[in-house]
Amino acid sequence: MTTRLATRFAQCAAEGRAALVTFVTAGDPDHVTAQAILHALPGAGADIIELGVPFTDPMADGIPIQLAGQRALRAGQTLRKTLAMVRDFRKRDAATPIVLMGYYNPIYVYGVDVFLKDALAAGVDGLIMVDLPPEEDAELCLPALKAGLNFIRLATPTTDDKRLPKVLQNTSGFVYYVSMTGITGGVIASYDAVGEAVARIKAHTNLPVAVGFGVKTAADAAAIAKGADGVVVGSALVEKVRLSLDGAGKATPATVSAVTDLVSELARGVRSVRKAA
Amino acid sequence: MTVNPAPNSFRNGPDEQGRFGIFGGRFVAETLMPLILDLEKAYAEAKVDPAFRTELDGYLKHYVGRPSPLYFAERMTAHVRALAEAKGGTGGAKIYFKRDELNHTGAHKVNNVTGQILLAMRMGKKRIIAETGAGQHGVATATLCARFGLQCVVYMGAVDVERQKPNVFRMKMLGAEVIPVQSGTRTLKDAMNEALRDWVTNVADTFYCIGTAAGPHPYPMMVRDFQSVIGHETRAQMQEAEGRLPDSLIASIGGGSNAIGLFHPFLDEPSVKIWGVEAAGHGVESGQHAASLTGGRPGVLHGNRTYLLMDDDGQITDAHSISAGLDYPGIGPEHAWLHQMGRIDYISATDSEALEAFQLCSKLEGIIPALEPSHALAKVVQLAPDLPRDHLMVVNLCGRGDKDIFTVAEHLGGM
Repeated sequence: MTTRLATRFAQCAAEGRAALVTFVTAGDPDHVTAQAILHALPGAGADIIELGVPFTDPMADGIPIQLAGQRALRAGQTLRKTLAMVRDFRKRDAATPIVLMGYYNPIYVYGVDVFLKDALAAGVDGLIMVDLPPEEDAELCLPALKAGLNFIRLATPTTDDKRLPKVLQNTSGFVYYVSMTGITGGVIASYDAVGEAVARIKAHTNLPVAVGFGVKTAADAAAIAKGADGVVVGSALVEKVRLSLDGAGKATPATVSAVTDLVSELARGVRSVRKAA
Repeated sequence: MTVNPAPNSFRNGPDEQGRFGIFGGRFVAETLMPLILDLEKAYAEAKVDPAFRTELDGYLKHYVGRPSPLYFAERMTAHVRALAEAKGGTGGAKIYFKRDELNHTGAHKVNNVTGQILLAMRMGKKRIIAETGAGQHGVATATLCARFGLQCVVYMGAVDVERQKPNVFRMKMLGAEVIPVQSGTRTLKDAMNEALRDWVTNVADTFYCIGTAAGPHPYPMMVRDFQSVIGHETRAQMQEAEGRLPDSLIASIGGGSNAIGLFHPFLDEPSVKIWGVEAAGHGVESGQHAASLTGGRPGVLHGNRTYLLMDDDGQITDAHSISAGLDYPGIGPEHAWLHQMGRIDYISATDSEALEAFQLCSKLEGIIPALEPSHALAKVVQLAPDLPRDHLMVVNLCGRGDKDIFTVAEHLGGM
């Protein structure tokens, strides 16, 4: 069976461009507004959606995504409600892939088998788990692949050629290249180095390679889109949520459009770079 | 629930995956994985290198001041015997203190830090980062970094910076940079998150010196090994003092490094009863406590699977203890396993019990203990009266109370 992720990456490649992958945190700033943001993303130009699962202790995230998670948790978001968001989204959009991104503990506590069943039923396409390296594949990666979900692995600047095959071994859907040694929302030091790393990974796999961490503007997105199959933007989007809130931290009529306006800009950036189909 | 058959030895863990039963492991971001594998390799080589052992022993003796005495606490013993008599009993165990509060920097933390810093230098690392709760691990790390001329950055929750000011000042005097952590609950767990964020950013030159027997493999094993000097000394010292093994051991547990250090060399001695004392805060039933084994359940945080305080959604909940050093919602994975196997009896002491024991020990023995071992002392006073007089009980006096006098004064209304 062709997965939504494979189909979407193939469509973008056929259009001669990279895919725009947008990250937002589920339940940020509240469940209803987050649902509205989710519904609006594809229309604004998002090709693939990463939906962040809030966790109290996000060890690989910078301040923007930490704060987004705290807002969501304060508003009562849970993993159960996040799956409900995906279910609602699927009623309107059967094609846009959704990947859940987060940390293992909420899934472990939910129960791996029950979670995989519920996630599939809700219409989730894949998982990115920051704290599950290949050494822990038996925990969730292998059961997820068996259940029919994609498991997207992170490759980083510290993943050398010797280790890369281990990282790629059970990866599916796409490879997420982390542009820097650091946390989300950092600063990319060199586009050239990122381009070389993407080329290095592509020499080892036929899977699409998306690049994330530190992509903030349409210009960043365009620079990354030259070599990568996908460009991931997250911190910059959740910052738009934060900046749109009122004094009490509540959503305003401008919240959804603050996010979608930036997504549209980023989509133009990604689409400005044409590649051979 | 799976039934766990008793293992041949309680001292063989962890396995190659860094597991103690289902606990432990390497739940870290990919960026850190190569570093953790490097560390594992470097430690395995150092462990069997006699030159490393000799160097470490030399610093432990001449710089830290080891061995720490095993001290017969005569008046504490008389006190528990009086308590026994008052109940109509004739018992009252003979109580020994393992005096790790006499170490340079005032706690057991320095045993582990000395080992890790020597290892860091062996690996060519010039920048050391650490997390700290009460500040004892931060002070020990800052001390060793000063001694060896290494850059030192200590992450400390902003709440802890406020309640442990003397240690913050000490770290600064020693040349360390202390970074108050404002994220999350602003205590030890958040300091650890922030240290991990630093490490993932500065992978090339930085060594993360973890302060307790937790975190991703190989830390729980490595910290345990470095702290086991406590138990090995105790064994030899008790042999010399009484000609036999102790009958019981008792130690306080936050992450659990002082406890595993005392306990580990005795785990395969079935005659030795072992108690670990968690911090019950305002009482486990109040929900405001730091007793992960008593009041938590298995989950994954900070690189390992262990018992954690959390809600039904897997979100980590706030720990509470009067002692900043025990104020952590998790526990080292080896303790989680020993709990599951039933080898160690994990109990808990409340803030007020610890405060009482703090005063009792000060007045009876002329030793002001830290609030952390005061939790163990609180249980000694409850357990020892019901044990026979020839029962030899060792309590790990893992830190001194200088850092806590302001906290205690505040609770006792200025004394």
